[in-house]
Amino acid sequence: MQFSESWLRSLCNPALSTDELCHLLTMAGLEVEERRSAGADFSGVVVAEVLSVDKHPDADKLKLCAVDVGESSPLQIVCGAPNVAAGMKVPCARVGARLPGIEIKRAKVRGIESFGMLCSARELGLSEDHGGLLALAADAPVGEDIRRHFDLDDQLITLKLTPNRADCLSLLGIARELSALTGAPLLAPAVEPVAASLADTRQVVLDAPASCPRYCGRIIRGVDAKAVTPDWMKRRIERSGIRSISFLVDVTNYVMLELGQPLHAFDDAELSGAIHVRLPNPGEQLLLLNEQTVTPSADTALIADDQKPLALAGVMGGEHSGIGDSTRDLFLESAFFPPVAIAGKARALGFSSDASHRYERGVDFELQRKAIERATQLIVDTCGGQPGPVVEAVSAAHLPQRRPVRLRTARAAKVIGIRLGAERIESILKGLGLGVERQDEDFLVTPPSFRFDIEIEEDLIEEIARIHGYDNIPSPPPVAQMAMMPATEHSRTAMSLRRLVAERDYHEVVTYSFVDAAWEADFSAARALGAKPIVLANPIASQMGVMRTTLIGGLVGALVANRKRQTERVRIFELGRCFMRDAGTGPVAGFDQPLRLAGLAAGSALPEQWGEPASRVDFYDVKADVEALFVPRRLECVKAAHPALHPGRCATIILDGQPVGILGELHPRWVQKYELGTAPVVFELDLAALLATPFSRYEEVSRFPAVIRDLALVVPHGQALAPLLAALRAAAPAIVRDVALFDVYQGKGLAENEKSLAFRIVMQDTQRTLEDAEVEAVIADLLAVASREFHTSLRG
Amino acid sequence: MADFAVATEPAKLEDAKARYLGKEGSLTALLKGLGKLPAEERKSAGAAINIAKERIELALTTRREALKNAQLEAQLATEALDVTLPGRGRSRGSLHPVIISLDRIEQLFRSIGFDVADGPEIETDWHNFTALNTPENHPARSMHDTFYLQGEDGKLQDDVLLRTHTSPVQIRSMLAHTARYKHLETMPELRVICPGRVYRVDSDATHSPMFHQVEGLWIGENVSFADLKGVVADFLRRFFESDDLKVRFRPSFFPFTEPSAEIDVAFMSGALEGRWLEIAGCGMVHPNVLRFGGFDPEKYTGFAFGMGPDRLTMLRYSIPDLRLFFEGDLRFLTQFH
Repeated sequence: MQFSESWLRSLCNPALSTDELCHLLTMAGLEVEERRSAGADFSGVVVAEVLSVDKHPDADKLKLCAVDVGESSPLQIVCGAPNVAAGMKVPCARVGARLPGIEIKRAKVRGIESFGMLCSARELGLSEDHGGLLALAADAPVGEDIRRHFDLDDQLITLKLTPNRADCLSLLGIARELSALTGAPLLAPAVEPVAASLADTRQVVLDAPASCPRYCGRIIRGVDAKAVTPDWMKRRIERSGIRSISFLVDVTNYVMLELGQPLHAFDDAELSGAIHVRLPNPGEQLLLLNEQTVTPSADTALIADDQKPLALAGVMGGEHSGIGDSTRDLFLESAFFPPVAIAGKARALGFSSDASHRYERGVDFELQRKAIERATQLIVDTCGGQPGPVVEAVSAAHLPQRRPVRLRTARAAKVIGIRLGAERIESILKGLGLGVERQDEDFLVTPPSFRFDIEIEEDLIEEIARIHGYDNIPSPPPVAQMAMMPATEHSRTAMSLRRLVAERDYHEVVTYSFVDAAWEADFSAARALGAKPIVLANPIASQMGVMRTTLIGGLVGALVANRKRQTERVRIFELGRCFMRDAGTGPVAGFDQPLRLAGLAAGSALPEQWGEPASRVDFYDVKADVEALFVPRRLECVKAAHPALHPGRCATIILDGQPVGILGELHPRWVQKYELGTAPVVFELDLAALLATPFSRYEEVSRFPAVIRDLALVVPHGQALAPLLAALRAAAPAIVRDVALFDVYQGKGLAENEKSLAFRIVMQDTQRTLEDAEVEAVIADLLAVASREFHTSLRG
Repeated sequence: MADFAVATEPAKLEDAKARYLGKEGSLTALLKGLGKLPAEERKSAGAAINIAKERIELALTTRREALKNAQLEAQLATEALDVTLPGRGRSRGSLHPVIISLDRIEQLFRSIGFDVADGPEIETDWHNFTALNTPENHPARSMHDTFYLQGEDGKLQDDVLLRTHTSPVQIRSMLAHTARYKHLETMPELRVICPGRVYRVDSDATHSPMFHQVEGLWIGENVSFADLKGVVADFLRRFFESDDLKVRFRPSFFPFTEPSAEIDVAFMSGALEGRWLEIAGCGMVHPNVLRFGGFDPEKYTGFAFGMGPDRLTMLRYSIPDLRLFFEGDLRFLTQFH
């Protein structure tokens, strides 16, 4: 809601500076979002009269003018404007004046001295008009400062109104609020009924009274459609951000701004028979003023005559029934449409209008007659015409009800936290124009017809707190029941996990949850299994069109971006949700939204340094990071296939028999497509699995010596470690404390297709020293298992 | 003994020792000769020889130590390192600046007994709007530009959306709390914050289609607007570590709170000195919302607030552009620890 300060002050003028006024409104919940002068920043420009115009001796297009600026003698000014003429009144920037971008100095123009500049509207920042000098009214007082003449120091104030304060979508409403806040009197415009000078009427039929419980209409005949809007009115509506179109349209806008009642003017010659407010017939279409043809939904009310639809009730008029230059007779509408009938209607059609904006938030339902009288008065005063009587159709049963709301002083104290006396509360409520009936310490409060936001006790408590001033409510440290917070050892927080990942040299990124569909096609295992991505109905850009099913895309995207910025070594991670459709056991049926942790490492394994030879990060470097995140739990890797990853360098991560994530090198195809140069290694893990932590339990520490034996087993080159190690561990009796791989060897002494895996076997008993014979028996058993199941041989 | 002093290495020292104490050594010879001396001289001569021997052995030990020390010194000198070379091995990563803020927010609120709750980001229309007292066609719905999803049939699926705020977690927390404690005559207080990602159709230097929010909720038998002011103002001063931070509450409107307020802060120093900056929205939980959450609004009152950790982070670390948070630029991210 934009308006001019001077207009507001004409309705309520408290003794406050502009700053104080704006602060007061802001602190009362009518936030002043912007404030600026009505005119551009200039000075030294006055009303002047051109006394004479002569040709410049040395330039065809320049004129030599004598100009009266209200001083003893006229000024000589050289002017190139085509419309300059003797006798016209124009703005004159005198020597020393400052205009946007220029300072006016005494100057010689083609040899002739010039003592100022005559100005166009654009030169003063008043409009874009640069066709010639700005012609001022013939009665403009010569010598008056232009800022004063046009009231350019008037401030344009823009309020960011919350949707509950529809009552402040008018100057009258804001003035009413200002009056309640300051006690300064409200100077509402006096509206007298305009007597009918002809008997013509149109019958109004409320066929859909729930959508329109009150409709006032009036014929005005013989208006001058070409009448010029008076300057004061034009200025007020323009300073409210509404373009001046024609006088009749301007009047409807003026009254809407002044009182808050949207009006519509029909060309009466286009109407036939009665006015009906009705719901549309099936398939009925209407061409609107904005040249959009709409088929209104079944619950959208229309204004129609006996033959055709005329307007979308409370939203926008129709193209064919509106007023134009040739209009002689008009039919003026001032109606009340309840919020529920209008809400969402304009939005559903993809636009918004000043009328629908007000109706869907709530227009005073007792304002219609007053508004139509006000408009009639303004029309008759300026462009003549003969009004008929006002026809008012009402369905009282469908008008909004204003039920009294009970307010308890004690309840207000409980909610606000300080006790305000009943007297203070009463004066606040009355100041707001509410109907107040006191009952001991409590009240029955009846809201006025212009307030749509007072239905329950809390609404009144808010009004009390607001007018009392939020600033005046103390903010002591709160008092609360104390209870200890749980501190579990069975899980850890996502934050502590993040720190652990950062300790492993990964930097955290946050990437968008909606991604390019191409990323999903390239990197998503779910997609590869045939799942359709979750598509946004209204994405902000096509490359943010689908919900991610994997975090890998975002990480690769960040890698690409960093490579473009010449960062070679990139180690990043993200903790966030992925989104899949599923049968639905989660909090939102039909959607699985697991949190995951994913990481990516590219470039050198270590930061470039003198102490270690440079090597590229590989699968095993990143596997160590993943293992570290699960310590002390032991995870297994099983060779796997994943669309994002190199088929030979990709593993599913298994924890306690359950798959909990993937690890691998990016597929060479994507390395090439995304121009990565070298393959990054990525992992993606279920957060739930990472957060569960095993509870520590004591195991007896042996006082007896351990026996350590190393076994080097020769196996075929393709033999994976895990099954062999698992078999050895499974076969080991209780005295074997650990079987661990400590070396992998290929080369001299072995056949080309062989490798040697060296295991260290640690044996120990908590009750006694082990005997050689049983140690040798264990080793023999393990060798036998390895040889039988994996055809190993002992390395010589 | 000068022989010892000139011995510059252990082998030469041992040679010198042999000249006196060895089998053929002069002192050894004297000892051997004792037997030939008369008995009365033998005693005094023996004592003198022993004194000489002890002296020699002392000199020898001293010299041995000196030589060993010299040798160690020399060895240490050759082993000296350039201590100014950097350490070997890997470096450390970093946390995202907004996550650092979320961590601090969690810590501060935990310190006064707030738990942390989490909720889904694809949310039901009911949780995101209806249960928050924002029915279909409520004008407040146009305050949010909501992302909707296509159903599997390609048509708009209008019962779910990307949550536009973390407030639906309020509803989930309330329902969980009241389900758990409904058998008690008076339920314990509910104090919870809900951090997370939220989504709106908006994108420029100060708006991102995805951003973060933290919702806070405190419900009990005696929770008032004054408490809300106290908690939030205290939080903001702790968060910015600025006791003179100015905090103001001004009336506003949210369908799910009443009374409602916007919270502005103004710093007393720095580039933004004296300017009011909008930082959060808050209010007393609307009775309808309490009812949706299973609380009796006559008995229980509560407050809720929602703030933007992205904006808090920008202010705290003087970050000029919101988009930096989501670009993954390591030159930016590595600045925060």
